[in-house]
Amino acid sequence: MKSIFSHRILIWLAPLTFLGVFFFYPFLRILAFGLSFETLKPINLQLAFHVLLFTFYQASLSTLLTLLIGLPSAYLFARFDFHGRSLLRALSTVPFMLPTVVVAAGFNALLGPRGWINLTFMHLFALNSPPIQFVGTLGAILLAHIFYNTTIVIRVVSNALSKLDPKLEQAARSLGANERRVWWNVTLPLLRPSILAASLLVFLFDFTSFGVILLLGGPTFATLEVEIYIQALQMLNLPVAALLAFIQLLCTLAFSIIYTRLSTRVTVQSAPRSTYQHKANTIEEKVFVFAFCVLLFTFFILPMLALPLRSVSRLQADRGQQTQVHYGLTTDYYTELFINRRNTLFYVPPIKAAINSLGYAGATMILSLLLGFPAASALAKPGRLEKILDPILILPLGASAVTLALGFIIAFGRLLILPWLVPLAHTLVALPFVIRTLQPAIASIPDRLRQAATTLGASPFRVWRNVDWPILSRGTLSAATFAFTISLGEFGATLLLARPDYPTIPIAIYNFLSQPGDLNYGQAMAMATLLMALTTAGILFIEKQRLPGMGEF
Amino acid sequence: MLEIRGIHKSYEAQSLLQGISFLVGTGETICLLGPSGSGKSTLLRIIAGLEPPAAGQILWDGNDLASTPPHLRDFGLVFQDYALFPHLDAFDNVAFGLKMKNWKSDEIKTRLAEVLELVNLRGFEHRKVTDLSGGEQQRVALARALAPRPRLLMFDEPLGALDRALREDLLNELRGILHQTQIPAIYVTHDQDEAFTIADRVLLLHDGQIVREGTPADVWSEPNSVWVAQFLGLGNIIEGKIINGKKVETKVGNFSMTCRHKHQVGEKVHLLVRPLEAPNEANQIRGRVVDVVFQQDRFKVALDNNLYFYLKDEPKMRQIFEIKVKLECLR
Repeated sequence: MKSIFSHRILIWLAPLTFLGVFFFYPFLRILAFGLSFETLKPINLQLAFHVLLFTFYQASLSTLLTLLIGLPSAYLFARFDFHGRSLLRALSTVPFMLPTVVVAAGFNALLGPRGWINLTFMHLFALNSPPIQFVGTLGAILLAHIFYNTTIVIRVVSNALSKLDPKLEQAARSLGANERRVWWNVTLPLLRPSILAASLLVFLFDFTSFGVILLLGGPTFATLEVEIYIQALQMLNLPVAALLAFIQLLCTLAFSIIYTRLSTRVTVQSAPRSTYQHKANTIEEKVFVFAFCVLLFTFFILPMLALPLRSVSRLQADRGQQTQVHYGLTTDYYTELFINRRNTLFYVPPIKAAINSLGYAGATMILSLLLGFPAASALAKPGRLEKILDPILILPLGASAVTLALGFIIAFGRLLILPWLVPLAHTLVALPFVIRTLQPAIASIPDRLRQAATTLGASPFRVWRNVDWPILSRGTLSAATFAFTISLGEFGATLLLARPDYPTIPIAIYNFLSQPGDLNYGQAMAMATLLMALTTAGILFIEKQRLPGMGEF
Repeated sequence: MLEIRGIHKSYEAQSLLQGISFLVGTGETICLLGPSGSGKSTLLRIIAGLEPPAAGQILWDGNDLASTPPHLRDFGLVFQDYALFPHLDAFDNVAFGLKMKNWKSDEIKTRLAEVLELVNLRGFEHRKVTDLSGGEQQRVALARALAPRPRLLMFDEPLGALDRALREDLLNELRGILHQTQIPAIYVTHDQDEAFTIADRVLLLHDGQIVREGTPADVWSEPNSVWVAQFLGLGNIIEGKIINGKKVETKVGNFSMTCRHKHQVGEKVHLLVRPLEAPNEANQIRGRVVDVVFQQDRFKVALDNNLYFYLKDEPKMRQIFEIKVKLECLR
């Protein structure tokens, strides 16, 4: 017994040391900073209260609107069989994983002042200024949040709905319940935990959203996240930033705990039944299926289509180019990415940002796999130790990227000149995902398989080589891709930590977007398109590797 | 009275039910017996109105139910894995049908006391159904179906998930309840013991058709077809050739017998050789004992001609052995 326990400690040594140094130590420093008497002044508390209020407000509103679109969509996927069903389902999974800069750039390309819709109107009606004010409004934030999180509602609720034993509804029917009463008395009560869990998860993501709010809303819409960034980097007021980060952590921790409780209930009530989808029969069903297919398809595809199209179209004159403009298709924005036009030492050509990003992503991938494997294999066969450690490992998931980065700044301020702090922060962000991907894959291998292989004469290494690895390789590839794409698109922590001479792709896009001129805008579009292509490839790869019956989130 | 007329149904271009017709009289329990995949459960769901038939009619007292939705049919259905509502306790599960009929709460209470008494579940009202044992869950499912006083009860392999001893107990209880309540019932199973215990009439389903129908005793004594004899495991089936109206030639000997159906000379027939000794019969089979298996009150004896018989006394191995048997012609 004792030897097993110490063996387990050994497994945990690396992951726990890493979390201790790079998460809990900075976290304690934030606590010390944010909860000092000097920080807890009325004026700071008042600011915190206002920011918290707005954060709740926008998150609640976003969640409500997401449910409004997500619930009918979940019903659509769970109950109906229609042409393009799998395509639409695959399409709906992409936004959730897209980097915030890509989504922001996509909506910008569609509805921004230089976007397709505004430029079309300006062209048609010979207007001088864009007629639709989108960027910088609450609407932009809400729309982007819905775009991001509808997937969660679809996934969680339609999964629960299609796992629901159809016999329960049939039993209710045979007991005299009409369709409406079946829905209210049987289906909805059984779905309630999953709807609640999905809402909570959506709320959590909306609550901690940073990139979307900064890029589409602007600094006037100060949520906790944005305010932490402003206080830390623009006001250089670290204590107030730490106070806000503490409040943020407290909130997300509470939501995470409730969510974990709920999601255990979600798994209990579903029966192991196969799905049952049918073709739309009645006119109402046909109208519903058609309308929602069109709605979801346009909603998901338009921003993702507007972006690459905008990146190859010259629609406006660049500054100082008023005389001669060739409207139409162009590859200029892409070729410009490789040129240091300003010829200054301070300007970093975008291609260097791409190289940085790939390097960081590779380091993040290796590091999070090295740390994730031992943690996941221990969690796959939980003992007493694991029951205690499990929630500790999800903690970094609850902490937002901006908070993690703030912790780094406060704890390792002097080390910030080192570029490798960035992949360490990325690893913290990616680690929970990596563990959650590996754990079910490892747990899916029953001991009987290994025992059978052993009795057939396989040595421990050959058991691992011929039984474990073939089953685990898919999960490992997914986890690696997860870590890689997360690092590629990470914005919040990078914005706080990256040195100006070591930008990543998202930072470069952000810089281009905040500079005037069509050429800068075009380059932002081009880089965002490349990033979108890379991440989409990653997401689709992960989706293909997804084990049947693997957890949703 | 329920009448089923010419029901057809196919699944993914495969024909499942090909013209099923039968009647269920007042107070009668009929049993649909067939191997798994023979479409028994689908037929039940069609009768319940949960699935439409491709062709055919369901009639109650002569009225076509095609336009009656399932919740207005008043047919109770007991599922194989119970399908109890996991979010409701035992009481609310059983009361569900009554609430759908908008019964008053005191009426519901009275009725529930009655029904729970009937299925021996008093005191279980406020237990979570997920905490109940398999047998208890089955009783709740039965009570739930009985409570609204349905005009027909249907059982879809209701005891399939239970162990043998419990199955026998519940089956006898169910038999008693069906007799007591006089509700006509359709019972679906693949287990012939269950079918013969509970049914007034057995319908054997094969390849989407009813191949034999009758009381358990009739079906047992006159299987009529090779498939039925094989499915029920009634005995040895051998091939033979008609020599004349009174004689059949087989590999294990020539027998004097008459087949009920007219056969031409030289035609091939299948014969059922019951595995029990029939001292009053004229026909006799000879063989060498190659295997003896002890089976509680008898011995199963295999002969070198691939036939088997049940004997009271243990024969010697390799012994040549003669037995008088009853032979029947099968179609």
